[in-house]
Amino acid sequence: MKPQNKLKKLGCAAIAAAAFAVTLPVAQAEDTLFIPSLTYRTGPFAGGGIPFADGFADYFNMLNERDGGIGGAKLIVEECETAYNTQKGVECYEATKDKGALAYNPLSTGITLALIPKAPVDEIPVFSMGYGLSAAAIGEKFPWTFVYPTTYWNQLSSILKYIDANGGLKDQKVGFIYLDVGYGKEPLPLLENLSGTMGFELAKYPVGVKEMQNQSAQWLNVRKDKPDWMIMWGWGAMNPTAVKEAAKIRYPLDRFIGNWWAGSHNDLKAVGKPGKGYMAANFSGIGQDFPAVQDILKHVVEKGNSKVASADDVGNVLYNRGMFNAVILAEAIKVAQEMTGKAAITGADMRVGLENINLDEARLKELGLEGFTGPIKGSCADHEGAGSVFLQQWNGEDWEKVTDLIEPMNDTVRPLLEEAADKYVSDKPDWEGQTCT
Amino acid sequence: MFYREAGQFKTTYEADQAMLPIAQDRVGLLLILLIAFAAIPLLASDFFISSIMIPFLVFALAAVGLNILMGYAGQLSLGTGAFMGVGAYACYKLATLFPDLNILIVVFLSGFFAAGIGVIFGLPSLRIKGLYLAITTLAAQFFLEWCFIRIGWLYNYNDSGAIEVPQRMLFGLAITGPHATPITRYLVILTIVAIMTLVAANVLRGRIGRSWMMIRDMDIAAELMGIRPLFSKLSAFAFSSYYCGVAGALMVFFWLGSAEVESFDINHSFLIMFMVIIGGMGSLAGCFMGAAFIWVLPVILRAIPSAFELNILAATMEHISSIIIGALIIFFLIVEPHGLARLWRVGKEKLRTWPFPYAT
Amino acid sequence: METFVAGLHAFLVAPFLDMVSLPDFLLQVIWEGFVSGILYALIALGFVLIYKASAVFNFAQGIMVVFAALVLVSLFDLGVPAWLALIITIAVMGLLALSVERLVLRKLVNQHEAILLMATIGLTLVLKGAGQLVFGGEPKSMITEELGFSTGSSDWEVFDGIVIFQHIDIAAAVIAIIMVAVLGVFFSKTRIGRALRAVADDHQAALSVGISLNQIWAIVWFASGIVALVTGIMWGARSDVSFALEIIALKALAVLILGGFTSVPGAIVGGLIVGIGEKLFEVYWGPMFGGGVEAWFAYVLALIFLLFRPQGMFGERHIERV
Repeated sequence: MKPQNKLKKLGCAAIAAAAFAVTLPVAQAEDTLFIPSLTYRTGPFAGGGIPFADGFADYFNMLNERDGGIGGAKLIVEECETAYNTQKGVECYEATKDKGALAYNPLSTGITLALIPKAPVDEIPVFSMGYGLSAAAIGEKFPWTFVYPTTYWNQLSSILKYIDANGGLKDQKVGFIYLDVGYGKEPLPLLENLSGTMGFELAKYPVGVKEMQNQSAQWLNVRKDKPDWMIMWGWGAMNPTAVKEAAKIRYPLDRFIGNWWAGSHNDLKAVGKPGKGYMAANFSGIGQDFPAVQDILKHVVEKGNSKVASADDVGNVLYNRGMFNAVILAEAIKVAQEMTGKAAITGADMRVGLENINLDEARLKELGLEGFTGPIKGSCADHEGAGSVFLQQWNGEDWEKVTDLIEPMNDTVRPLLEEAADKYVSDKPDWEGQTCT
Repeated sequence: MFYREAGQFKTTYEADQAMLPIAQDRVGLLLILLIAFAAIPLLASDFFISSIMIPFLVFALAAVGLNILMGYAGQLSLGTGAFMGVGAYACYKLATLFPDLNILIVVFLSGFFAAGIGVIFGLPSLRIKGLYLAITTLAAQFFLEWCFIRIGWLYNYNDSGAIEVPQRMLFGLAITGPHATPITRYLVILTIVAIMTLVAANVLRGRIGRSWMMIRDMDIAAELMGIRPLFSKLSAFAFSSYYCGVAGALMVFFWLGSAEVESFDINHSFLIMFMVIIGGMGSLAGCFMGAAFIWVLPVILRAIPSAFELNILAATMEHISSIIIGALIIFFLIVEPHGLARLWRVGKEKLRTWPFPYAT
Repeated sequence: METFVAGLHAFLVAPFLDMVSLPDFLLQVIWEGFVSGILYALIALGFVLIYKASAVFNFAQGIMVVFAALVLVSLFDLGVPAWLALIITIAVMGLLALSVERLVLRKLVNQHEAILLMATIGLTLVLKGAGQLVFGGEPKSMITEELGFSTGSSDWEVFDGIVIFQHIDIAAAVIAIIMVAVLGVFFSKTRIGRALRAVADDHQAALSVGISLNQIWAIVWFASGIVALVTGIMWGARSDVSFALEIIALKALAVLILGGFTSVPGAIVGGLIVGIGEKLFEVYWGPMFGGGVEAWFAYVLALIFLLFRPQGMFGERHIERV
């Protein structure tokens, strides 16, 4: 054998050894619960990813500090950086799934779509909180995917309902400006469908990812078309740019409504005063005035165990949403522990826990989250919980909650979701659903 | 001492013209194949196979495709990502239109669509070259990206706008879809990549390959010697895009399982260009070295904190690894602009005369 | 046949009718195009300066824009007054230019252009990692008002309508024109400027008359750094300062094809053509294609243009034609 082959083999062996070393399943002590956190603290969307990841991690840390975990089992949160990139997301999944992962929060539509088919095979549920595939709300077709508290489609129906209640929707022109990727296009089928049944005219303004900060053409078109309302499915740098451009063409900002990814503090701080009046949907409470948030401040942030830049960031829209994501997972873990009677549960147990979640008003109060969000009740068939959203408005300096919870148009949306779920499954002959009684 | 061709006599032209004329090289290649086909599936973990080996092979194949164009035919291209996308979307369309067709045939067919598109966007190469051509291929990149978004037919009007891989069987074994085990997918990809690399090696040392190199080295001289630039350049684009297209199809069908347009964005074009340049332009072995360097190094860097129980934030590690890789790229370009393949060759030369470097 | 005629009408006639029917809107579109064209031109200018002097296609220009803007804003956030922050940022860009020249360029003299391009992409990765490590990934808002720019707007009533001019956009146009003028004077009147042109013409000849290549390189990288800072301020004011801003620089590549890699006037004219052209195309023709055509319009325009005039508008003749 020639020496360089030896070398090469050695190299291979070294790489392989490194990889093995990394993937050796970490011996789980009897009482731990492993939760992977796919974050995107880097890349063009980091502005949204950082507060979300902070809130997510801090809540679990708080549970460890305050209650010693859940049901006596300590929580281990491991972050894996995806940079909002599907390939890295899949890599993170492969790297962490053998460590006893209980559930994945993919935090990107692309990663969600990649993980949905893997979930039933590896028996680890995917919890895409209000994002990802809307059709996953149908539990019969997607036993392993959960979208509490609501879907993009239902959220859109809530926004339309708000418009309808504030001046009527019939014969109005509604402009829809969206990030031109899977995420932004997700609600289009529903929007097109509803524009027919509810009788409004729809104008679409796609914004390419590379054009996020260069939207003058879209807003010129808005100026030309003069829609009565604007709805935005935006993300990252697209949001402040859109609000600035809207202010620039003097579009009435109180008729411009973003979805829940288009209404964070980071987005509007970059706009400041000129953004006054802009509205966005949300489903998680704003601010620090919740006992659970206070507990985080006391047990985590003040002890210096949080990654937030300053304590003021706690309570921001996206921070609270990350925390809410953790709240639902923690609740599901608790339900699963109660149902199985063991502290260290598995991914399959977690699925059952998620399915039987019941966050009613009383339970929310118990958790220190009274008035934080609407009640969520899951079931075998309903993986969405038909939650509601409220609207918040930017007052030039901060977000204010301006409406009560707006119920979605479940009767209209649910059949469409079922149709979409059927379509998703139709070209997958060996897809396994579940029957619900 | 060990690596020496002394005593290996060639008695026929065939033997003299063989792809690997030196016996040690043949043994070495066999060993590598043995490791790849037997040792890795038997020994490696799922993570190693699905997150290191499979992407490595996919990118290596794409790098072979780009290297044919850049390293052998001398035409710069920044459209690799989009050409991979054409292959992937074509594969998806074919697989869903003809569900009974064997998936491997579909994969090989889809490359032809990429080749066709490649030829169209290769047309400017008849007028311009160098960096100007590279920037022009960006037109292909952005236009095709837009098509992948806007033409709903390409993804069967899925609500998600993404292509999702259906399950396909081979010999009663699932080779695509969520039920396909990493080892099956790895073996399928490995076989395809091995065969296609072999074909590329032979095309490159044949008539067409030589005509590409003549165009690369001096186009006017090549033309005077009877090489048709039109045919030569466009065939290079076609051949290269075919490889990229198949790589794209493999990427979606055997690695990711579903893909949005962002899987084929400009960053992938750069990524693969890195692999070619770091590996070495005009070297097939270089493609594999480059792909290993660019893909595997970040994975290992990312794994360092958890392996050594360091309390470093995943994101911080990401920044650090970005800095390290950027610096290493610059370092390599400074130390050996001709890539890892040249280092390898220099090493081989040294070994040939070792331990008596002056006794030639 | 009828649909074909209708399609032809929609493509060739209707958009122009649209333009004529709302002339104030057309003016607004052209103005918006003009402003983004100026901003593209600024980025392209950074590329041209470096390519002219060192034949390096500096892909890192985009990240330099982000880097410069981030340094400025972060310094301000630390409590440094705006003017001082501006001066420190300029100094940082100078330091960056020096270290790039010393650590990268000097060692890569006379390499293949693809290798030089790759080196600048490597530099991009380093800057991206270092920038996020130091400044964090959160978007920051540009300190437009603190730098003395007005954020208001003025109306111009014309053709029974209005055209809205943002003051910051006017400032961008004025600053760009001043910068080009200064660069023009710098190139033609000063000793360093003339040396720079000599280097651009022939490295060896320039070396033999005693011009220091290293010095010239450091100077052009510094100049590009300042151009990047101005671009960063202007784009940052339009949205926010985040790493997404880097993507904008890609658009400048199409400008470069149109204007040529080595021509300063080419960068400006090319920028304006791309800026105004893509806005007109997106607004009047875009809806026909489902929108979003801005993403590729500039490149396809450049590609068609190149087929007829490979050296670009103002490019030097000796670019090799095949």
